[in-house]
Amino acid sequence: MLGLSLDQLRTDMNRLLAILFHQGVLDEQFLQLQQLQDESSPNFVSEVVNIYFHESEKLLRNLRALLVDRELCDYKKMEIQLNQLMGSSSSIGAQRLRNVCIAFRAASNHNNRPGCLRALELLEYEYCYLKNKLHELFQIEQQRMLAAAVRYPAPHQHLNNPQA
Amino acid sequence: MKKGGRKFSALVVDDDQVIRNFEEKLLARFELETKVVKNGEEALKLFREGYTFDVVVMDMEMPVKNGPEWYGGTCRPLVQATRALRAMGVDCMIVGVTSRGDGPEKAELEAAGLNCCWEKPLNDKIVRTILDELAKKSS
Repeated sequence: MLGLSLDQLRTDMNRLLAILFHQGVLDEQFLQLQQLQDESSPNFVSEVVNIYFHESEKLLRNLRALLVDRELCDYKKMEIQLNQLMGSSSSIGAQRLRNVCIAFRAASNHNNRPGCLRALELLEYEYCYLKNKLHELFQIEQQRMLAAAVRYPAPHQHLNNPQA
Repeated sequence: MKKGGRKFSALVVDDDQVIRNFEEKLLARFELETKVVKNGEEALKLFREGYTFDVVVMDMEMPVKNGPEWYGGTCRPLVQATRALRAMGVDCMIVGVTSRGDGPEKAELEAAGLNCCWEKPLNDKIVRTILDELAKKSS
């Protein structure tokens, strides 16, 4: 039964990843990140992505605060936040988010406040979607690791030698 | 690998923790001994303390804490950091990584002593190119 669960979990993970790649939410940079995960850092991807979520939330809050001020819309400060969000998004393979940042930056370069507001709403939407999906992915991965860690002795082994 | 079997060394300079973690891991995967710092000032400090590196990988758009008002392009701090490193006699490879494609700042950066720059994100293809250049230099 456990063997089937492990296969099912692997299938679920691959299916979710395929959807995210197909939707353009993730690009091949995410695979690069996965390739860096190894025995010395078995949680590398989730650790880096969680730092990304923590920092991105701050950047999104900063962007909203900058845009709320109708009188003194500081486009230069906005560009700093956007460059940082773009850089970290591209490093983890968050393609759609990165693309919205590019559009946002274009609006900011033209001092186009309505355009910036629309881009920010889209950014917040894309961020929520990415966060939900990656959390789902990490949950499946966790379950898979737990399932793989549980060992059952093969039927022919002596009860006193379960590790043989 | 350097001649004589020693590993190449790299310094990552980036104000973003996601990128520092990722680039450090990527470079280590290619067996570069890697240190990470958050900004140009910390990089300069390491060189003053006598550290040496074969390559410095710098974010092109870091703002300088308490630095002068932003003007011109967004990578003024990198121009300053690169000039300062070269002025100190640092002659290792310095590469920039940017969030934008071709920009007018590139010419200025190259004049300041930057060897080359790439668009983020750093990936294995770029690291291999850097290693090829380092191998050529050390042979």
